[in-house]
Amino acid sequence: MSATSQKVLQKKKKNILEYWMSHQLSDDGLREDLISNEDLRIQSEELIDVLVDNLSETNSIDLHAESWDPVIEILGGISITRARQGFSPRETGNFVFALREAILQVLSEEIKSQPEVLFEESRKIGRIMDHLSVITFETFIKGREEVILRQTDEIAEISTPVIRVWDGILALPIIGTLDSSRTQVVMESLLQEIVETGSGIAILDISGVPAVDSLVAQHLIKTVSATRLMGAECIISGIRPEIAQTVVHLGIDLSNIITKASLASALAYAFKSLKLEVKKANVLTKI
Amino acid sequence: MILSLSKDSVSIQREQDVVLFRNRLKEVAVKIKMGLLNQTRLITASSEIVRNMLRYADGGIGLIEVVSRGRDNGIRITFTDQGPGIADISLAMRDGYSTGKSLGLGLPGSKRLVDEFDIKSKMGEGTIVMLLKWTR
Repeated sequence: MSATSQKVLQKKKKNILEYWMSHQLSDDGLREDLISNEDLRIQSEELIDVLVDNLSETNSIDLHAESWDPVIEILGGISITRARQGFSPRETGNFVFALREAILQVLSEEIKSQPEVLFEESRKIGRIMDHLSVITFETFIKGREEVILRQTDEIAEISTPVIRVWDGILALPIIGTLDSSRTQVVMESLLQEIVETGSGIAILDISGVPAVDSLVAQHLIKTVSATRLMGAECIISGIRPEIAQTVVHLGIDLSNIITKASLASALAYAFKSLKLEVKKANVLTKI
Repeated sequence: MILSLSKDSVSIQREQDVVLFRNRLKEVAVKIKMGLLNQTRLITASSEIVRNMLRYADGGIGLIEVVSRGRDNGIRITFTDQGPGIADISLAMRDGYSTGKSLGLGLPGSKRLVDEFDIKSKMGEGTIVMLLKWTR
């Protein structure tokens, strides 16, 4: 960027902002529901300030120069907030593309007498803005990925609840696939709960597990042996007929483990081994 | 004569892809009206192979095909990887043999779960496993 056009941009900052705002406000994709016009103006002004102030003759050629850092920082901040606010990638992209339009508009008004200079400067602006749009998208995606990662953690957290169904009986419904990291979470929370409640029986319910292959079976066996080491008995319930047949064909030996078809029968077994009786109350005899 | 009716290639690179692959397979199986038991058998068998591929060959490709022979429809899955290969296939197909710390039931177990099973391997080039399950 030559010194003269840099001065032009510096002087015409207000015009750029006006053009940019009018571009953005006239765009169909304007999201007044997500960001107010005043906030948008503040955001835009901040970006123009830092961009124009940091333009220099050298860094328009070297796009990875350190002098770009403040611009990238502000732009990154804007696109991450936008990702969290729920802007679409197109809307975030148009935000930067409209800035390019605004700068080119100002430049062409100021140096229209020298078409060659104008062409050269427009090319440079084009390159800079392309670079900035790529950064915008990168940070936008990073912002979205953070959202996904957080949700993944939340799912892992909520999907392994340990329930105290009775004094001394714990139930742990497993929903979804049982992979190694999941098994770790299941085992940890189950063993912890056994210590805390002093329970003697734990029921692992796998009704929500879509397929039991040898790895899942191995994880189950490990969990059962760990619970046994803690002095508690572990029952696996919720084995569907097709799962039972598949496990047999695979040749997995689950005969050392107490397995039940439903949570109800597992609970009945647990009551029996704790010598508890569940009876229908006979109201009439007492009166 | 087995005719291939549709092809769907799924790339398997990470552990999360196991679930993705199973869901894709399930969709296809439901579409050709495969029974629940056979569905579960095929899904479990392919899940074993997918896990092996991830563990020993850093992933590969699973090709899901709907095939037809006469009046029968079925699903054929071809797994291709560029892993180190299997030195002794007959040993690998034996129950309880594993070079890793698993139960060693993956390969022989999945063979028992499907109607047709084929495995080819070349040291240093990779392994191809073919599974076929008919709907009936």
